[in-house]
This record gives sequence, C-alpha cells and structure tokens, in this order.
Amino acid sequence: MHTKTLTELSAMLQAGEVSSVALTEHFLDRIEQYDQDLNSFITVTREEALEAARAADERIQAGNAGPLTGVPIAHKDIFCTDGVRTSCGSRMLDNFIAPYDATVVEQFKQAGAVVLGKTNMDEFAMGSSNETSFYGPVKNPWDRDRVPGGSSGGSAASVAARLAPAATGTDTGGSIRQPAALCGITGLKPTYGRVSRWGMIAFASSLDQGGPMAQSAEDCALMLEVMSGFDEKDSTSVNEAVPDYRTQLSQGLQGLKIGLPKEYFSEGLGPEVEAVVRAAIEEYKKLGAEIIEISLPNTHLAVPAYYVVAPAECSSNLSRFDGVRYGYRCDDPKDLQDLYERSRGEGFGEEVKRRIMIGAYALSAGYYDAYYLKAQKVRHLISDDFRKAFEEVDVIMGPTAPSTAFKLGEKADDPVTMYLSDIYTIAVNLAGLPGMSVPAGFSEGMPVGLQIIGNYFEEARLLNVAHQYQQVTDWHRQIPEAFKGQS
Amino acid sequence: MEWEAVIGLEIHSQLATNSKIFSGASTTYGAEPNTQACAIDLGMPGVLPVVNKEVVRMAAMFGLAIEAEMGEYSVFARKNYFYPDLPKGYQISQFELPIVGKGHLDIELEDGTTKRIGVTRAHLEEDAGKSLHEDFHGMTGIDLNRAGTPLLEIVSEPDMRSAKEAVAYMKKMHSLVTYLGISDGNMQEGSFRCDANVSVRLKGEEEFGTRTEIKNINSFRFVERAIEHEIERQIEILESGGEIIQETRLYDADKDETRSMRSKEEANDYRYFPDPDLLPVVMDQAVLDAARDSMPELSDARKARFIDQYGLRGEDAGQITASREMADFFEAALEVSGGSDAKIVANWVIGEFSGALNREGLSVQEAPVSAAMLGQLVKRILDNTISGKIAKEVFEAMWQGEGDADVIIEQKGMKQVTDTGAIEVMVDEVLANNPKQVENYRNAEEQKRGKMIGFFVGQIMKASKGKANPALVNELLKKKLDS
Repeated sequence: MHTKTLTELSAMLQAGEVSSVALTEHFLDRIEQYDQDLNSFITVTREEALEAARAADERIQAGNAGPLTGVPIAHKDIFCTDGVRTSCGSRMLDNFIAPYDATVVEQFKQAGAVVLGKTNMDEFAMGSSNETSFYGPVKNPWDRDRVPGGSSGGSAASVAARLAPAATGTDTGGSIRQPAALCGITGLKPTYGRVSRWGMIAFASSLDQGGPMAQSAEDCALMLEVMSGFDEKDSTSVNEAVPDYRTQLSQGLQGLKIGLPKEYFSEGLGPEVEAVVRAAIEEYKKLGAEIIEISLPNTHLAVPAYYVVAPAECSSNLSRFDGVRYGYRCDDPKDLQDLYERSRGEGFGEEVKRRIMIGAYALSAGYYDAYYLKAQKVRHLISDDFRKAFEEVDVIMGPTAPSTAFKLGEKADDPVTMYLSDIYTIAVNLAGLPGMSVPAGFSEGMPVGLQIIGNYFEEARLLNVAHQYQQVTDWHRQIPEAFKGQS
Repeated sequence: MEWEAVIGLEIHSQLATNSKIFSGASTTYGAEPNTQACAIDLGMPGVLPVVNKEVVRMAAMFGLAIEAEMGEYSVFARKNYFYPDLPKGYQISQFELPIVGKGHLDIELEDGTTKRIGVTRAHLEEDAGKSLHEDFHGMTGIDLNRAGTPLLEIVSEPDMRSAKEAVAYMKKMHSLVTYLGISDGNMQEGSFRCDANVSVRLKGEEEFGTRTEIKNINSFRFVERAIEHEIERQIEILESGGEIIQETRLYDADKDETRSMRSKEEANDYRYFPDPDLLPVVMDQAVLDAARDSMPELSDARKARFIDQYGLRGEDAGQITASREMADFFEAALEVSGGSDAKIVANWVIGEFSGALNREGLSVQEAPVSAAMLGQLVKRILDNTISGKIAKEVFEAMWQGEGDADVIIEQKGMKQVTDTGAIEVMVDEVLANNPKQVENYRNAEEQKRGKMIGFFVGQIMKASKGKANPALVNELLKKKLDS
C-alpha cells in the first residue's frame, strides 16, 4: 500500500478497497519499523490517528467523504496542532502543547485526512540539512550517511521512505523544494499569501509559506486545493479564488515557453546535477515546449539580501520565546535578566542564535539603512527580474539545489557554504513567487530535483507542467531499496 | 534673567473599542487577571494580528477634527524590547508612516486669547500588559488583560510655554477625544495619560535647551505640578552653573517631585521595522467619508451654538461645552424644564450641579442627580411651585437620594403659597406686629421705601418658611403700606 500515491490511495478508499484504519495502521507500523533510524518524526500520534481513521471510515461509508478523507499524512512540526506537542524542532518548545490548530491543520482535519504525526525539521526552520533540530538530524533514505535537506527534512524523508504518503512543509528560502530535491519527492512552495500562515510558527513572516510535499504533482494538486484560500486570521493571505488544480493537470505542453536563466547554470552548479537537469529539459522539448535562454541579472544578490531580511524578521519573531509564559525556562533564575539570558541561551541552538544576532544587528540604529533597507531594495530588483522574464516565458526552469545531498556533518560547521545550498531557491521567496521541485533523475544514486518557477498565483500551471513530465518519466515513483518493504 | 519653558506633550489616549486592536478579546476594564487575553494577546507561537477596523475609523475622526494631513497609507512597525508584560517581545506601533500627520488644536489662555498648538502626529499602537509586584512572594505576576488595548499616541509640537498652557492643551485634547467618542477619557483607569517633554531657555533665545521627559502622568493636576517642578528644577540647575542631562524622569505624586529613571545613554535601541504580518493601513475616501459621517458636533461649534441658540454668555457656554457629558446634560435638562429659560438651567448646571460634582469628586454619569431630575426641578421654579431658595433645598435632598423634585416638594410640604388670602393674613399679621417699622416706612421718602420694604418681605418669608410667593408678597405689602 505504501508504494501508492496519495491520489491512488484516495481512489482505493473511495472504492472501499481498503479502510482508513488499515491504511493508517500500515503506515504507523512502517514508522515504528523504520523511523528509529531515519528520525523523520518528532511525535507520532498513533491513538489520535486511529481515532481519526475510524471517523474517516464512517464518513466514507456515509457517503460524504472528500478526496482526502481517510488518507494518512504528516505535518511538519512547525504547524500548531491542538493538544499535541508542537516543538518547531527546538528545545525551546519541547514542552509546548499547542492550544489551537493552525489553519492548514484545520483544513486537513475538515477534509478528513488522518495525521500520523509531526515531522522533524531544522530548529525554527533555520537550516538546509535538518542538522539543527533539537531532536537530532534526519537521515536521507537514499543514503543514511547523508542529509535529507532542510528545513522540511523530516517531511521529505518520511515521504521518500514511504512512511507517510504525503506531508506538509514550509518554505522560507527553499525549505520545501531543497529537501524535496535531495530526497527525490515532489514539493511545491505556493505564491506568498496563497496558504494561511495562521498557527504556522513564524521564522521570517514576509517569506514563510506552507505547501505540500508528496510523491507526485497530482498529489500536490490534491493537497493544495485543501490548503489554499483566504484566511481572515492572516492579514497577508490573499483573497483570490482557489482553482480546481487537478482538472488542469492534463493539458498538453505544446508551445509552452520555458525560460532557462543563465545565472542558474553557471559556476557553483555541480556538473552531474546540470546533466540531469538538462536531460529533463530535453524531455520537455519532446513534449512540445520551447526553450528560451533568459537572464535574472540580480540572482547573485539573492543570498546576501535573504540573510539580512530573514534574520531581521526572525530576531523579532523569536523574541516571544522568553521563558515567561510558555516553553523552556531555565532553572532558578536569579533575576529577570538572568531568566531571559539563560532561558534563551539554553533554549535555542547555535544556528538560531546566530541568526537572531545577525538580524538584531541589521535592524540596529545606524545599520538599518545600510542593511535592512538595502536588502528590501534588492528584493524589488529581484522581483523585477522575474517580472521581466515572465513577459517572455511561461515558466522558468533550473536546478533546485547546486548538488545532491551532502554528508551529515559535512557543512555543519560552515554556515556560509550551507547557506549557498539554497542559492537557486531563495530568490523565489524574496519575490513571493510559486516554485516546485520535481524528481528528475539520479546522480551516483542520489536524487536530483528540477525546479520550476511560475508567475504569481500560477500554481495550476506549475502543477500541470510537472504532471506532464511525470506522465513520461518515473523518477517520482522510485523508492529507496531499504524502504521498499512488503507492500 | 528671565526664563521661558518649552513644553511638548505625548498623550496616550485609549480608544473606546469593544475589542482589542489586533484580536477579538474584550477591552473591558477591571476583569480578573488574564481572563481577557486570547492567544494573540499572549503572543503564542504562530498567532497573527489582524487590525480592528474600528481603530482606523476613530483615528480618521481624530485626524479630521484636528484638520490633520492624512496620507493614504500608514504602516505598522515593530518596536522591539524585552519586558515580561510585553508578550511578543515587541510592541506593534507606527513609526515612519503614522496614520495622522500634522494638525493643530486651539486652546484658550487665561487672558481669554486663543493659542494654536501644533500636533506633530498621532499614531496607533497596542498597549502592554501589567506587572504585579505584590502578593507573589518575591516573584512578579503578569496580567495581560490590557495587552493589545488600542492606543492613539498624540504628539504635540513643543509649542507650550507654561505648565498652565500644557494643562489647557491636555484638557482640550481630553475634551476632544471624549466629544468624538473615541475614548472614555477615564484618567484613573489610565485611559488618558501623558508624557511631558520639558526644557527651559532664556527668554528671547531661539535654540531649545536640553530636555527631559516626564513619564506617565495621569491627572491634570499632576501634569501642572510635575511640569512646574521640572521647570523650577532645571532653572535652579542652570542658574547655579550646572547642565541639564537628557533623561527620562518619573513624577512621584506622593512626594510631589520628579526623579531620574534613565539617561539617554541607557536608552533602548528599539530596532523599529515594518511589521511583516500586517499590510499597510489604507485611508481612502470611503474610510474618510465614514469618519466624517460619524463626527459629532465638537466643543467649539457647540459653544457657538449655545450662545446663539440659547443666548448663554460666552463664559457659561464655554464652561458647559468643555465636556461633552456636561453639554449633553445641559441640553437634556433644558428640554425637561420646558426649554423656555436656558439661562436658569445654565446657572443650575454651572452652580449647584458642578459644585456638588466637584465637592464629591464625581463625574457627570456618577452624579445622583440626573439631567431629567434637574430639568424637573427648574420646571417647578419656572411654574412658581417653589422659589429659587427652596429649590436649593430640594436639590440637596435629590442629591441625598430622597427622590425626584415633585416627590420631595410634596413630602416636605415645600409648595409655594400663592393663595392671596393666605398671604394677606400673613401680611396683616407682620404689619400688626411691627407698628414702628410701618410708621417709619410711611414717613420715609419714596426713594428709600424700596429698601425698607425688604424688612417686611423677610419677615413674611420667615413666617411662611420660605414658601410664600415673593412677587405676591411684594405686591400685597405695597398695597397695604401705601394705603
């Protein structure tokens, strides 16, 4: 059963070929069997899952089920879940039981999906390797000496290992697309404002966006329909109609104009990754697409601008974790200053503290104009690059990440090298555009992702473009040998 | 050397919304600690603010009232600092683009002239919670009921030159926000408070002196005293060759002095930046139109109308219209009284009623005598049921809660005697008992008689316990004495 896609499982449930309880038990058993080693889950909610599965089965029997009713999924542990620990991968929130559901969690609940548990992640979503988690690193199912990518590494690994048919993720600078690429699954970061941020613990508010991580584009379409929409509780969510993403999947790609930014195929890109990406582009040519070389001249400014804007926002967003009302509090504080210093000093990990320091510095009097304001100007330049490009092309393609998954520990002590692993994904967040990563092949046994970038609110187009490719390739159906198990 | 003070005020006025500025929690004052703080007010992980539209309308009304410049967009910014009663570790405020820009407010000085005080800006922000230091055995309790309460911070230009002007400005601003209905203006509950920036310079000098800021003053009396003290303190330092340190000071009402809180060097760097959780606030024509439609008549206009429509003296009209509550009270009382004599109603409102309020330190709403009760009392004066003198006794009885005017007049038998026969009996009796005075009167010249008749009137009023109708008494007396 675990080799099936979300869409296939949905059909089986609707047809009564399998019960949600059976399905849920199967995945829970797989988590038990494999996750000790993989570490993709922080919390497994077995009882709640089985209860939800029983309710889903009743709903299916009663004939008022939706396509996601009874389908097991997992949530990144950044989404608050009522009555369940929501740790955000941090010691700071190790004891935090959320008293409410994130809107995304609520939407899946309404749809009748069954939540298997909460997936591991880089602490407060800050990282590209899942090594900054308080709960230890997640391993890449394709090679357990390697990282799964981050920050949604737990979601990516659990889907790649088929411990969950699909999972939610969040993407601030590539946190859905990069781990999706490194683990060989399909992930979509929607347009900023498409998916509600209510209850999604903020890292960098102007960049954060939740999205689906699954085996196929079709699965992502199914999930995105549920996740999208205006939420009056999130002022930055956009009141724009949610299209029926699935009906548009089948359109042909004849005449599709694909832009290849020359900056995405320059130094820093591993030759083996480039070869895989170029092969995927060839595949699109066969489908009738036209390839146009374009330029996004400010690409080189994306990483520096991002590492001002994101830390600045995080330095403020994470101020609420102060040991006063909830979360980690140090033992025996001697006064208020001591309470703050030790609660935050002990509750946060190194990478989080590094970014808080960078951000506080960038916002300080005397530096604000030189860093924060300048970074905001760069954002406009980057958005402008894309705007011009989309006057010429329908979608933009390139590599999701410059290399395949690296070894655990390889970049852990070198933050700047680590930051560069998001070099192709970050600009998309700065511009607020939707972007996808689609499995496009392997290099030395490790998956490579093709990134597809679309214009604002053109998720339907992205999904269509990805789906058509997945109709003629089977990279997305590959399962790591160690996790094939008995279906 | 002649010194001159330079004063600017930052007034924090709590906006009278039902729910908080960024959440749906209630703003009602005085609830059990932390019962009016929702997940948003508590700064829980993942929560997001949504602007209460009502605060935008209120700010727009305020902007229109002070004829301020208002841009189409204003931006919420985060003011970052750590404090236990600040749940998010930042306060959502406005920094570079406030909702209300440059405007002005006219105040009346003691010599009757008008002075225009500039308003630099007014911006929206959320209030913090409260730290409770008692009853926690060496620990501090946090009450977040107030966290997220909407505030309008109104910043003036340094246009005031004395403590008296500062108080006049603060009172006028208080009158304005309560007139607009955008604040309840309750100073005891902290709904209206101010910080004062004070410096002194030699008269005629252009440059400002170094200023100090006095924080959190919550009464008109304290504003005046705190500023007076600060001016004196600064002059004393400068005259003895010292230097003023730029610092924040706290006014201690008990000791009646200001003392240093922190110097400029210790000042926080608040790391302001636009709040990415909130979109810019749009002040478009629709918002302005809605604000204009909900604008009540303001004090200056009302004062002019009271003079014009009711024939009140300027001073009286000014006193009554200084507060919306008092002006409303006056008009309601006038209507109940029959509306024929506004001056007598004004006299009662300014005299007995305001006097009683001041004596007991009550607000108009708290007064035991309602507008209807006062109106009815005046009505009874006007229809000759009671005299003005008896009316004062009736008013006291009403204030003591003995019922309305008619009940008291009835119960106490205070009804004026207008029966000519009954008064005639009393007149005859008084004349008979005072033959000498009658003799003197009759022998006196015409011009002196007017004064002399007062003696007989007094005797009759005394005999009637004040109930005889004075006009009738006079008439009958004249008739009898002159015959």
